[in-house]
Amino acid sequence: MVKTLEDRINPSSTNDSVLSTQEYFVNMGPQHPSTHGVLRLVLKLDGETVREVIPVLGYIHRGMEKKAETIGYRQQIHLTDRLDYLCSVMNNWVSAEVVEKAAKIESNERIQTIRTIVAELQRIQSHLLWWGVFGMDLGAFTPFLYGFRDREKITKIFEDTIGARLTMNYIQPGGLMYDIHPDFVKDVKSFLTYIKPLFAEYDGLVTGNIIIQERLRNVGIMDAKTAIALGTTGPVLRASGVAHDLRKIKPYGVYSKVDFAIPIGTVGDCWDRYAVRMLEMRESVKIVEQLIDNVPEGKHLTMKAGAKIRPPAGVYYEEMETARGIFGVMINSDGTEKPSRVYYRTPNFHNIWSITKISPGGRIGDLVAIMSSLDIVVPDMDR
Amino acid sequence: MSTPSISQDIMTNLGNSPGISLALFLGGLIGAVAFMAIAGLILIYAERKICAHFQCRLGPMRVGWHGILQSVADTIKLLMKEDIVPYAADKFMHALAPIVALAAALMTLIAIPMSAKITLADSNIGVLYISAISGIGVLGILLGGWSSNNKWSMLGAMRAGAQIISYELSATLSILAIVMLSGSLKISTIIQSQEAGWWIWRAPVVGLVAFLSFLISSTAEVNRTPFDLAEGESELAAGFHTEYSGMRFAFFFLAEYLNLFIVSALGATLFLGGWMPFHLGEWTMFNQIMDLIPQSIWFLGKTSFMIFVSMWFRWTFPRLRVDQLMKLEWKVLLPIGFVNLLLCAFMTLFGFYFFSTTTRGF
Repeated sequence: MVKTLEDRINPSSTNDSVLSTQEYFVNMGPQHPSTHGVLRLVLKLDGETVREVIPVLGYIHRGMEKKAETIGYRQQIHLTDRLDYLCSVMNNWVSAEVVEKAAKIESNERIQTIRTIVAELQRIQSHLLWWGVFGMDLGAFTPFLYGFRDREKITKIFEDTIGARLTMNYIQPGGLMYDIHPDFVKDVKSFLTYIKPLFAEYDGLVTGNIIIQERLRNVGIMDAKTAIALGTTGPVLRASGVAHDLRKIKPYGVYSKVDFAIPIGTVGDCWDRYAVRMLEMRESVKIVEQLIDNVPEGKHLTMKAGAKIRPPAGVYYEEMETARGIFGVMINSDGTEKPSRVYYRTPNFHNIWSITKISPGGRIGDLVAIMSSLDIVVPDMDR
Repeated sequence: MSTPSISQDIMTNLGNSPGISLALFLGGLIGAVAFMAIAGLILIYAERKICAHFQCRLGPMRVGWHGILQSVADTIKLLMKEDIVPYAADKFMHALAPIVALAAALMTLIAIPMSAKITLADSNIGVLYISAISGIGVLGILLGGWSSNNKWSMLGAMRAGAQIISYELSATLSILAIVMLSGSLKISTIIQSQEAGWWIWRAPVVGLVAFLSFLISSTAEVNRTPFDLAEGESELAAGFHTEYSGMRFAFFFLAEYLNLFIVSALGATLFLGGWMPFHLGEWTMFNQIMDLIPQSIWFLGKTSFMIFVSMWFRWTFPRLRVDQLMKLEWKVLLPIGFVNLLLCAFMTLFGFYFFSTTTRGF
């Protein structure tokens, strides 16, 4: 019916009855507390009820893919930190892995084990931050501080080993930037004993709360078919009942050696998305527990640091499961030191579009809950 | 309140000796304004400290001992800030709104007795006066939201209007239960009627139900979590005061905290005996020991307890959704309130409450 944004913003009212409501448009964002950065949503509202949501992206577009083409294979790793900054190590891993596959750089058991441990720690860290922010979006402030308090412990471990707290640049083609800190194993173990009783505390503060349950149950229902059709991945897809997790389907790292479950939802509402992430944290703790006791000995870097990488010409693609879904990197090599084309398949870009399908009909409060349950990171969408 | 021995009933005193009474009244008003400013600062500081300790942090620590002067520093900052009025705003209404909100809070404050002596205005329709005047506060919010010419502000204001008017019903129903039990609308009489014990426990079940209903609806009336939909910063940016800055914002902020104080004081007065010490029927010895604690300490203690409970709510609960909010009021609290009022009427008629003989005849 209407084709452009401008048409929608000036709706011609044909309803001339005396008692009628008029639909109106508001901009949610790019500066809005719950759009988690600079996402802009154009909302068509009828009173409090959301009729239509139009996400408008591009406010933090930095041309990451083009930048990656102008620098070498080794340097483009650093750009992936800045996509989904809460999964920086996992993003590093994918872009390092694709280069390793392309240039046939070998790896060893120690490297793969440490990569897996760090990635799982980061999954816990990312989910903890999401949990805090989720509480805040629903109007509870305290979980935010609790989440950050416990996230800080992991950040400290990363700071010791990696030297950075957010954009870590840890994994590089052929290994790791640095070997683990001498206290790494001890610190991780003490963190695991620290975090395990805290899950019960989180449940006591948020999960069991009647208001939370009322706000989340049967809100933003997305069935499996829609979820697959929209290309959602990660916890959002699994909450809709699809047991799709690359750690199980296409095991990488040392995931094939560890025992863990994939939590899946049944309804696909906000509550399922909440529950899936809360259970995933427990599974990640299990994975780290199984690996931390026997980190194999060996070198942390199999190739000469800083050596030029020239993969043979061809198209290479690698994908992995980050905390928000599948992050994939495609590299088109022409045999030189720089890729001729780089494409990042970022999970949030695909997940966000589900908001256009599942939020109409709900209230503004529901929209905020849905958006938060999708766990969006805006720099990841815009690249 | 710092001003000592203000006349108990202005109206009669004004008749007796106009000069002195007028002076006392004006002194009381100035005292009330001073109290308002100080109470606001203390409450904001208390909230920040309490919230900090709920959240495993320290809160303000830098300005003064344990950050005790933080509120003063913030006030100075707010006073010095540029006052921005949106270009398309209704300038007059935009300026008027914070004043209306604050004035409503101040007008309510003068009707609440702090002790038998410190009473600014003890009208014989005190409870009615408080219910009526506190309703004006919503006018300030509606005005502020509408005049800002911002859709988020407007949404916040409409939410606040619907919410406060709805919850006023439940609050009034629970107040009516106490009015019925004590047989008076005069606040000093209501406090006197609790000499043998506070209504929360003396009227079995109905007192407690009325208290809980009042607690919930008063939290909703002052727009605090879990009912802070009018501000709902994750949904509406900042709700009705999105377009306010500087001292006008501070007025809204202060009015919010004063309203918190007022509803807590009102709850303490109606259900927990106000300045009346903890008494147990005719246990004279026990009652005399309790009387040793000054009345104003009892009043402030009970009020602080109520305020603490409200802050506890705020830093624990998430926010309700707008339709759940309305459902809670119209489908749950209101029917309970009506049934409770009916039970209360029977109880009052047949004297089915503890120590009923000592208080008959009001």
